[in-house]
Amino acid sequence: MKVQISVTVNGTNYQREVEPRMLLVHFLREELSLTGTHVGCDTSSCGACTVHLDGKALKSCTMLAVQANGKSITTIEGMATNGQLHPLQEGFHQEHGLQCGFCTPGMIMTAADLLANNSDPSEQEIREGLEGNFCRCTGYHNIVKSVQHAAKKMV
Amino acid sequence: MGLIGTSVKRVEDKRFTTGQGRYTDDIKLPGMTYACFVRSPHAHAKINNIDTSAAADMPGVVKIFTGSDEGIAGFGVPCGWQVNFKNGDTMKEPPHPLLVADKARHMGDGVAMVIAESYAEAKDAAEAVVVDWEVLPAVTDAKAGAAAGAPLVHDDAPNNLAFDWALGNDKAEVDAAFDTAHHVTTLEYKNQRLVANAIEPRSAIGQYDTAYDKYTLYTSSQNPHLTRLLMCAFVLGIPEHKVRVVAPDVGGGFGSKIFHYIEEALVTVAAKAIGRPVKWTAERRESFLTDAHGRDHVTKAQMAFDKEGHILALRAKTYANMGAYLSTFAPAVPTYLHGTLLQGLYKTPLIHIDVDAVFTHTTPVDAYRGAGRPEATYLIERLLDTAALEMGMDPAELRFQNFIDPFDGVEEAGYQTQVALQYDSGNYHPVLEKALKMVGYDDFRAEQKAARENGKLLGIGFSTYIEACGIAPSAVVGALGARAGLFESAQVRVQPTGKVSVYTGSHSHGQGHETTFAQVVADKFGIPLEDVDIIHGDSDSVAFGMGTYGSRSLAVGGSAIVKSIEKVIEKGTKIAAHKLECAEADLEFAEGKWTVKGSDKSIAFGDVSLTAYVPHDYPEGLEPGLDFSSFYDPANFTYPFGAHIAIVEIDKETGKVDLKRFIAVDDVGNVINPMIVDGQIHGGVVQGIGQALHEGAVYDASGQLLNGTYMDYTMPRADDFPSFETDRTVTPCPHNPLGVKGAGEAGCIGSTPAVVNAVMDALSPYGIHDIQMPVTSEKVWNIING
Repeated sequence: MKVQISVTVNGTNYQREVEPRMLLVHFLREELSLTGTHVGCDTSSCGACTVHLDGKALKSCTMLAVQANGKSITTIEGMATNGQLHPLQEGFHQEHGLQCGFCTPGMIMTAADLLANNSDPSEQEIREGLEGNFCRCTGYHNIVKSVQHAAKKMV
Repeated sequence: MGLIGTSVKRVEDKRFTTGQGRYTDDIKLPGMTYACFVRSPHAHAKINNIDTSAAADMPGVVKIFTGSDEGIAGFGVPCGWQVNFKNGDTMKEPPHPLLVADKARHMGDGVAMVIAESYAEAKDAAEAVVVDWEVLPAVTDAKAGAAAGAPLVHDDAPNNLAFDWALGNDKAEVDAAFDTAHHVTTLEYKNQRLVANAIEPRSAIGQYDTAYDKYTLYTSSQNPHLTRLLMCAFVLGIPEHKVRVVAPDVGGGFGSKIFHYIEEALVTVAAKAIGRPVKWTAERRESFLTDAHGRDHVTKAQMAFDKEGHILALRAKTYANMGAYLSTFAPAVPTYLHGTLLQGLYKTPLIHIDVDAVFTHTTPVDAYRGAGRPEATYLIERLLDTAALEMGMDPAELRFQNFIDPFDGVEEAGYQTQVALQYDSGNYHPVLEKALKMVGYDDFRAEQKAARENGKLLGIGFSTYIEACGIAPSAVVGALGARAGLFESAQVRVQPTGKVSVYTGSHSHGQGHETTFAQVVADKFGIPLEDVDIIHGDSDSVAFGMGTYGSRSLAVGGSAIVKSIEKVIEKGTKIAAHKLECAEADLEFAEGKWTVKGSDKSIAFGDVSLTAYVPHDYPEGLEPGLDFSSFYDPANFTYPFGAHIAIVEIDKETGKVDLKRFIAVDDVGNVINPMIVDGQIHGGVVQGIGQALHEGAVYDASGQLLNGTYMDYTMPRADDFPSFETDRTVTPCPHNPLGVKGAGEAGCIGSTPAVVNAVMDALSPYGIHDIQMPVTSEKVWNIING
């Protein structure tokens, strides 16, 4: 039996009927066609599906869509404002923090939470803060620099 | 415009940083259905019966296919490389069925494909398919598989041998050198099995258009044209011109997405059968079970030295695990991408390598970043540091005195190795000299001595590698068993307004072709970067392609683009000469215009292109248009090389290896975009160090993959690494127009032995000479604690 939910995503309210077993990530991708949030694993390990739930980073495969009822979600599609890229989006571009781009949305969402809690993180703090997000392309080297780039811009 | 050699920021970034990338799983077609596979839970088991009746009645189920269905039974995916036995017997090439009907030969072998209205419904129904299994004994290790009495993977492959193979100097001559050597270093190890783990799981969508009798396959592939060729001509027997293969944005490949997989053919067949599009996307556990794995060599290697430390000879025997079936390029990996690299950077006069390629009840093994060259480099470079330790010599000095002398491949001939290859150009001393300077080698040894006196375990490890990439001349690879050519194609279409669309058969899945290739084109034409668009990955727009792997895109695909650029400029010169009323020889082309030498008379690139399409006032007999295709087949492989140095400190209490510094000096020939090349090195280095310290697929005796999820398989994480110190030297490739060699795999080839060598150096007070990868805390702790 489907369940009615009401979720605000990137500032827009959506009313949908969903199966109770549907994961939040599938709700975003399949129901709302917000395909910037990716699925990279089945075990909540890789972080490709990271979004913000009421401002906090969350792996959207760890939550059911029905649990998001009444909540506010931000996805990668909601990070730029008025056509202006978020400093992290700009940082990843400037510092070559992405290659294939598949992990990038999750990385940016996790890094945004990290910077919200620590506006001037050390390299080690950035590395520890991102250890729940896998990247197979960049070796993390330029991702660290991208986050540092954004941190400087956001001060 | 001077774009070649500059770190232009990537033009593809914006779509990825804003969530607008379009990967296969992001595509939703009208009427789409979803496939879920029933896969063997056993490594080796006979199928007595498959009962799909309960599943067929489940909600949302559209159709269930099994291996005995018409259109599937008897069809399988082919191998694209043939290596025959030493005695000339043909390689054993058992069929790799689309779905198995009689027997499963590895955990994850496909048994049934369930198609439903949603993926959840397909998955529910797949769980209701009942298979009556008769479990059989399995073998997972290559050496054990080749032993007498091992369970057979295929009845017609005795001793599980796909082929055996040897290369190099006369074996008796090599053995004789060992008999009289001053010192022999011996290592026996497993170069362990790795899982490529592109973060985007494989995905494929089949679509069939009745009105046009045309199939479309969207697939996460590094190689859309080869996939089309293999699937049409060798699997399904459908006309190639009726199939469009699209590899849209692809989330990493690392080799695992080169190959043609059963799921691609199955969604294609199924889409026509049910008259609706069919999507399949792997769950991560399926990726672990069905993406081709990498490495998995059991090797005994020996190096002979005289008393000054000159290498006299090298010999090795490798059992290469092929897995249950021969994947697309699998036979080439332990042979022509491994045995041929055993010269390394050294003047070793005698080399012999023996390889047994062995079937086991495991996931097929094929090319994974580096493909054979990391295994060769590990073999040589571990032997060298071990020999240095055993002989009391400095490992850097030992390398210097054995390096091949410099040769540029133009004035001096290429270097002919003992193992078939001829290196294009090389200058090996400077990479190690530069790396030693960056690390501060003399100071480090003093620091190490002090650390040891304080009871700390600090170590340094070296690796100086060479690789063969930019594969390669078609005639050469054909002689070596490739069933495909290995050229590349490119079309450069100058639009009437002077904007340029470039269609390349290379495929970017992270490498940044849309930027690097555009830099080449914009630079050569002298036009702005934004006037150039790079199109790839769609067989309907790109005429042909051989795809991206083996660090070949720029060396081969880029060269094809340059050929087309040259044709455009040549024709443009004719048009310009006509318009400027001068001889062609009086013109020079630079900065986006043709100028009459010694005058200020000129005509711009865009005016020439417009004239080509509006040929009112036009050279007599010249065709309109400014649009050229080229195929480029290189004269040789390219041979990047480099020196990697690792410094590690080991925690005595826990055995944990802390990577303190990593220095990489690579020579990849000329560099178009330094930022992108550095990024390729960083990523490769982490994958190489992943093998050294973290990764490894583990099978139990029954053939169960014990670590087939991210909860169990150790992926390298951000906090496992320091920032890297990279630099380069430049020794241009003498045989391609850009002088480039390729950078995609270098990091992954050089880094692994450097780190293990550093661990061994750190542990040298314990008097051990070897440790097996991955070098986990447990292994190190056990050594420290006796």
